[in-house]
Amino acid sequence: MTDQKNRDKHKVDLWLTGTEEPSWLVEGTDEGAQKMALHETERRRADQEGLSVGDDRVLDEEIAPDDELMIVNMGPQHPSTHGVLRVHIELEGEIIRRSKPIIGYLHTGMEKTGEDLTWLQGPTNVTRMDYLAPFHNELVFSLAVEKLLGIDLPPRAEAIRLLMTELNRVSSHLVALATNGMDIGALSMMLYGFRDRERILAFFEKTTGLRMNHNYIRPGGVAADLPPGWQEDIEFILDKIPPRMYEYEDLLKANPIWLGRTRDVGVITLEECLALSVTGPTLRAAGSDWDLRKVFPYSGIENFQFEVPVGEHGDVYDRYRIRVEEIWQSLSLVRQIAESMPDGDYKTDDRKVAPPPRARIDESMEALIHHFKIYTEGFQVPEGEAYVAIESPRGELGAYVVSDGGAKPLRMHMRTPSFANLQALPVMMADSLIADTVATIASLDPVLGDVDR
Amino acid sequence: MADDQVVETPEEDGDAVVRPLPDHPVLLALAEQFDEIEWTLSSGQDVFFVPKDRIRDVAQAAKDAGFELLSDLTVADYFRKKTPRFELVINLLSMQHKARIRLRVPVPVDDAQVPSLVPVYAGANFYEREAFDLFGLTFDGHPDLSRILMPDEWEGHPLRKDFGMGSVPVQFKESHQVR
Repeated sequence: MTDQKNRDKHKVDLWLTGTEEPSWLVEGTDEGAQKMALHETERRRADQEGLSVGDDRVLDEEIAPDDELMIVNMGPQHPSTHGVLRVHIELEGEIIRRSKPIIGYLHTGMEKTGEDLTWLQGPTNVTRMDYLAPFHNELVFSLAVEKLLGIDLPPRAEAIRLLMTELNRVSSHLVALATNGMDIGALSMMLYGFRDRERILAFFEKTTGLRMNHNYIRPGGVAADLPPGWQEDIEFILDKIPPRMYEYEDLLKANPIWLGRTRDVGVITLEECLALSVTGPTLRAAGSDWDLRKVFPYSGIENFQFEVPVGEHGDVYDRYRIRVEEIWQSLSLVRQIAESMPDGDYKTDDRKVAPPPRARIDESMEALIHHFKIYTEGFQVPEGEAYVAIESPRGELGAYVVSDGGAKPLRMHMRTPSFANLQALPVMMADSLIADTVATIASLDPVLGDVDR
Repeated sequence: MADDQVVETPEEDGDAVVRPLPDHPVLLALAEQFDEIEWTLSSGQDVFFVPKDRIRDVAQAAKDAGFELLSDLTVADYFRKKTPRFELVINLLSMQHKARIRLRVPVPVDDAQVPSLVPVYAGANFYEREAFDLFGLTFDGHPDLSRILMPDEWEGHPLRKDFGMGSVPVQFKESHQVR
């Protein structure tokens, strides 16, 4: 009786589905179907774990009987799971035999929300996915929308976009170093990494008004021009971070504890990376020089000089080295972009897409109409679909957008790198010590907002 | 510029219909290997329309032709806009040829069963679970087709267009009474 009453009280407004209510209740945290399937054939179990990829990872010894295995749940509240990742680990003694990442604790339905927002409001939504690299999310969504619109941007808008995304890569990798250090026990690295990231976030705040979730890069350009005195701010960042980076190299690179905890830990081969759709620093650490900035350049990044660092062992140490080298490359890119920053407009002059300057609204009736229409019903995007991908700090970040010719997307999907990279976790952790779990997870650098969306 | 290329519509050329074919040699070889697939340009990007029962063969052939990485797999719901209603969208990436190809697979709602791509690309695992979870497509031969983002006992598939946005009451006190 009370059950029925409560059910009516919390009735969820669903139309057309005909279901009474979705069971969003507490049982949702139950293991249920997400439990590892126990009675599986060897072949299917290997597929499920991703072990069937390369021959060298398949266990050659007899799996211990079930009563000698122990199941341990790591997360979702564990501090070194970088959010709400939960890993189901099957232990034999101290050795991880099988593991399975369980996700969805941060699922907020952003792709569904995106279908209800106009194209101009879209960046507000997607910027919250990968909260450590918000500019990349905004950029890839804007690029996809511009692909459908078929508009070109003034050079300054593209340069500002590149400047912001490359600075963002530095700040994101600094957090990766910081959290990787903390997880392994180098606690000072945690404080140093976040301190230096703060210098970059201060510049972001000055430019966009917010430290994170900027909604700065929008279809048609960027929201505002760079603030007065931005050259000095960039100069300040470029002066302060390199000496610090040398300091962190001293701190970690020759540190025997750091080397012992990272060398030959969490190894993944290039073939396994390709089979499991792994991209970004993890792929490059395994020996590929694949970088979308080089292969499919966007926003004019082909005009600047930079190199793609490549590792060879595919272990945690190589991934750490790749991130350090990418910080250096990105700092060099920031300097090049800042020095060659072109003058001109920071957004397109297509008034159907970008609002007119404030001063024009006082003089021109048409400008007022355009302004009103953009902010009430939004602009219309021609029918079509497009997939655009850029290199985010975590790998290939793609946006697949479908338009039916209206002011809102018919489908807005983000191909997020953390989601795909997480599939490689069971392969990396199989037959390793449980103590290496945190190092392996940290080296993947997953952002759970990016995984669950 | 690739964007400006106009897709030629099949014309009557004598008695044979001219089938549009891609320029890229690798894609051309793929298109010639399968009669069923249709090539088109969408926003300047190469797209293959593939019937759903051939999808695993096409994916295997694409992998053999050098498309090593499945970069994305998702679904678009064209509710009341198109029949069949769903479209499975698979983005493949070739690192050696520096090319992308998008496979679009129309899937009707009353027979939403697709062969799984996990035997070809192990990385399709999470993506197919997501497509099952949010759109209700089932994948034959998937090793562990279960919900991945939504709770296990959730009813319905939330990214379908006929699933309302709805609302969930949030309680900040007496939360033990929620059930």
